[in-house]
Amino acid sequence: MPWLSILMGVSVLGALGVTLVRNDKLAKQFTLGVSLIVLALAIAMAVQFSPNGDKFQFTEKYDWIPALGVHYAVGVDGIALVLILLSVVLVPIVVLASWHDAEAGKRSVRTYFSLMLVLEAMMIGVFASTDVFLFYVFFEAMLIPMYFMIGSYGGAQRSYAAVKFLLYSLFGGLLMLVAVIALYTIAGKGTFMFPDLVGTIQDVNTQKWLFLGFFIAFAIKAPLWPFHTWLPDAAAQAPAGAAVLLVGVLDKVGTYGMLRFCLELFPDASKFFTPMVITLSVIGIVYGAIVAIGQTDMKRLIAYTSVSHFGFIALGVFAMTTNAGAGATLYMVNHGFSTGALFLIAGFLIQRRGSQFIADYGGVQKVAPVLAGTFLVAGLSSLSLPGLSTFVSEFMVLVGTYEKYLVPAAIATTGVILAAIYILWMYQRTMNGPTAESVKHLPDLNAREKWVVAPLIALLLVFGFYPKPLLDVIHPAVKNTLSSVPATDPAPAVQVAKEAQ
Amino acid sequence: MNGTIQAPTLEYAQLAPMLVVFGAAIVGVLVEAFAPRYLRSAIHVPITLLSLAGAFALTIWQVVKGVPTKPAAMGAVAVDGPSLFIWGTILVLAFVSVLLINDEDHFVAAAAAVPGSAEEEQALHEGAGHTEVYPLVLFAVGGMLLFPASNDLLVMFVALEVMSLPLYLLCGLARRRRLLSQEAAVKYFLLGAFSSAFFLYGTALLYGYAGSIDLAKISSALGVVGGQETLLYIGVAMLGVGLLFKIGAAPFQAWKPDVYQGAPTPITALMASGTLVAAFGALLRVFWVALGGLDWNWSPVLWAVAILTMVVGAILAITQTDIKRMLAYSSIAHGGFLLVGVVATGAAAGQNSKALSAILFYLVAYGFTTVGAFAVVTMVRDAGGEAWHLSRWAGLGKRSPLLAGIFAFFLLAFAGIPLTSGFFGKYAVFQAAVAGGATPLVIVGVVASAVAAFFYVRVIVLMFFSDPAADGPSVVLPSRGTAAVVGVAVLATVFLGVFPQPVLHLAQNAAQSLFIR
Repeated sequence: MPWLSILMGVSVLGALGVTLVRNDKLAKQFTLGVSLIVLALAIAMAVQFSPNGDKFQFTEKYDWIPALGVHYAVGVDGIALVLILLSVVLVPIVVLASWHDAEAGKRSVRTYFSLMLVLEAMMIGVFASTDVFLFYVFFEAMLIPMYFMIGSYGGAQRSYAAVKFLLYSLFGGLLMLVAVIALYTIAGKGTFMFPDLVGTIQDVNTQKWLFLGFFIAFAIKAPLWPFHTWLPDAAAQAPAGAAVLLVGVLDKVGTYGMLRFCLELFPDASKFFTPMVITLSVIGIVYGAIVAIGQTDMKRLIAYTSVSHFGFIALGVFAMTTNAGAGATLYMVNHGFSTGALFLIAGFLIQRRGSQFIADYGGVQKVAPVLAGTFLVAGLSSLSLPGLSTFVSEFMVLVGTYEKYLVPAAIATTGVILAAIYILWMYQRTMNGPTAESVKHLPDLNAREKWVVAPLIALLLVFGFYPKPLLDVIHPAVKNTLSSVPATDPAPAVQVAKEAQ
Repeated sequence: MNGTIQAPTLEYAQLAPMLVVFGAAIVGVLVEAFAPRYLRSAIHVPITLLSLAGAFALTIWQVVKGVPTKPAAMGAVAVDGPSLFIWGTILVLAFVSVLLINDEDHFVAAAAAVPGSAEEEQALHEGAGHTEVYPLVLFAVGGMLLFPASNDLLVMFVALEVMSLPLYLLCGLARRRRLLSQEAAVKYFLLGAFSSAFFLYGTALLYGYAGSIDLAKISSALGVVGGQETLLYIGVAMLGVGLLFKIGAAPFQAWKPDVYQGAPTPITALMASGTLVAAFGALLRVFWVALGGLDWNWSPVLWAVAILTMVVGAILAITQTDIKRMLAYSSIAHGGFLLVGVVATGAAAGQNSKALSAILFYLVAYGFTTVGAFAVVTMVRDAGGEAWHLSRWAGLGKRSPLLAGIFAFFLLAFAGIPLTSGFFGKYAVFQAAVAGGATPLVIVGVVASAVAAFFYVRVIVLMFFSDPAADGPSVVLPSRGTAAVVGVAVLATVFLGVFPQPVLHLAQNAAQSLFIR
């Protein structure tokens, strides 16, 4: 069965369908229905995935533009699979969370939800592409729905934020386009199929230039310090739902691209640039955390925490050990859930009070205990408390990095402590203390909002205690990726485990 | 030698598309002379459209019959693969533009009347019109067909003039903002005449060098004739000035914004699509057929011109407040991107045909999107005619989401976002350039694209993210012609953006034979 095409097809048809529905309420229910169907289909696909089978599964390949060597070719390995699952899980949650977002903008509700489904199709496509050109097409095209979601439905500074978002990403994408063209030309294979291109560029100098073309695009997308400045604006101005998809999924395309394309296509250059990338990542971890502490706007604060977290992910990718790579991949998924929960709950709070500023709140916990409680759990997951899934991934990244790079691992660990400061201090200022006059009558989460938050919290807890199902899928894929670099794990310093056997 | 003159052999079949267009133009002039005023428009429109469609059919027939391998008309006109592809493109674009021209009262009632005078008032009142617009357009289109197909420099010069003179006139016929329109016509005429003179002088110098104005003979004289290099270089430079002027490449771009702004919008659409296509065809022919062996000399200059054109177009567009001026600078920037393709020529035939097919595809993609964009411009109006000031477009997305959505789509295509035709055009050209070793030029190109994206996106921001002004412009209900134009442009932009294969394939086939000598 062409599972991946079906997933995308259902989303696209759903997007068209939404625009035809005349009634706004019906349109929302329709969107929710479509996104749940996509979720069900994706789960049906995922259970058939065999982690130790072929590298890419559910593959489809058709000629798209033979004149240019371009194919419509899709397929997933473990890494892409979990990221697609992340996307399709988040979309129905975001749809439910955005139930009343569009009215606030006094703009077309149907367009908003239609854009969301278009975006879903593109998110699936970008992770599933096994043709570099197709990947590029999705990589660029997915900017457009997000641009309209931020620009039309966002906060007061929305058009500034939307343009900044679009231009940063477009600029990175265009640099990547040059690298894509050069890759095709230099490889001389007449095809853009990713598996055929692996290992074709032998010259190290060429690799370095092409690596930079791809890497800068991904670093802007991720975003890595110092390319991050668009993210706080975009995330703070976007409606909460769009912010979740932006930070939770779209930005992952950057780190996914580093893992998939930079490492496999340009292994020597990746090794050459590793010190640089690790330095940028570690700076990002600490810088993002420190700047987050200083924020007065909740959404900007969450955005900066993400800058810090993306530092961890990039660190894990470029440490090039199995543990770190698997940890980074798991981190991409967990970060989607934890930041998603934070953004959505913060969004609920902001919608109630009409202000993004921390200083306008205080003592919310007394009037809205459920909201405050779930906010705390989401916050704790962001600071990687053991028992929540983010702990597993952060720990794996740090351990995996430590195996090779002691000092960066040590500095990165301070990020965990700083995380405790920015999360708990924000919680303290908004939720504890005397109840502020303006929040005295805030209602607690209603049934719909509880339904939004519950699955996210559940996922964070389940995978916190039992990450095995995800890791079983991720591990072989990461091993496979690193073996084509090739990067081997350093031998354990202590041989206890072997001797015990 | 008894003084008889040998009649030249003419391959009428090969020249048929041009003959049809020119013939219809002459019929149009006769209609102007003899038909009563109230009938003229009703006669002109079918003649014009039918002749363009007929010429298109003849072009297709020519392709089906087999592309000629030898120049026609005693070596004066080369009807080869690229020519036929360019003809097809120009004819379709002209057909679409005529639908726009036909559509509304874009043209002045009495061009001779002083703007704002009683005579003008009276002419307006009587419902007078300039129906000679149609034959003029046909003459211009005929010139556009001949221009890229001419195989010697003198025919090319004649084609250049046949194409340009009617356009000078047409530019001055706008119904509204008449002074601006007349200024545009004068500017275009003076600068155009100046550049024609350059072209002609260049031709003369090249004749002095090679002893022939035939492109192929000039090519074979290169390197053989010694001691005359000064004539050659100055001649090539002057020829280049004439051709680059028509493209609007920097530093010869100054006329473009003024003319695009002042001309009646349907004429702007015709110029922005048809003239650009024809001029690029001619530029390619001259530089490859005649001067291909000299590329060590002109290639660096074209590098500089391409960079300058992209940068000037992209940066100056940012500061524009008039929608038509903005589109003019956008057209300059796109001319720069196309020049990247021209630079991408290499010694190998494979590389040449690759670059050529990329340019041909780009021209088709850009032509349709441009006509569509100008068609949308004609529909957004306020009391004084078209709402030209960008600020008037604020909030259009709320007022008429469909039209604003279509315009936004065209802008995204100009910006080269994937899944639009513009992306594949740019991609093909850049790929050819990288393969031809012009990677630095491509990097400048993508940076310019990013800058250009900014001003396209700015218009989208205005239309969708700003609140509409209280007395904002209204969108007129499009006539059937305009609606058809917009529809065709949207379809072409989507189709070429999603399934570029058929047209790419066609362009590759056309380019395979290269230009014949």
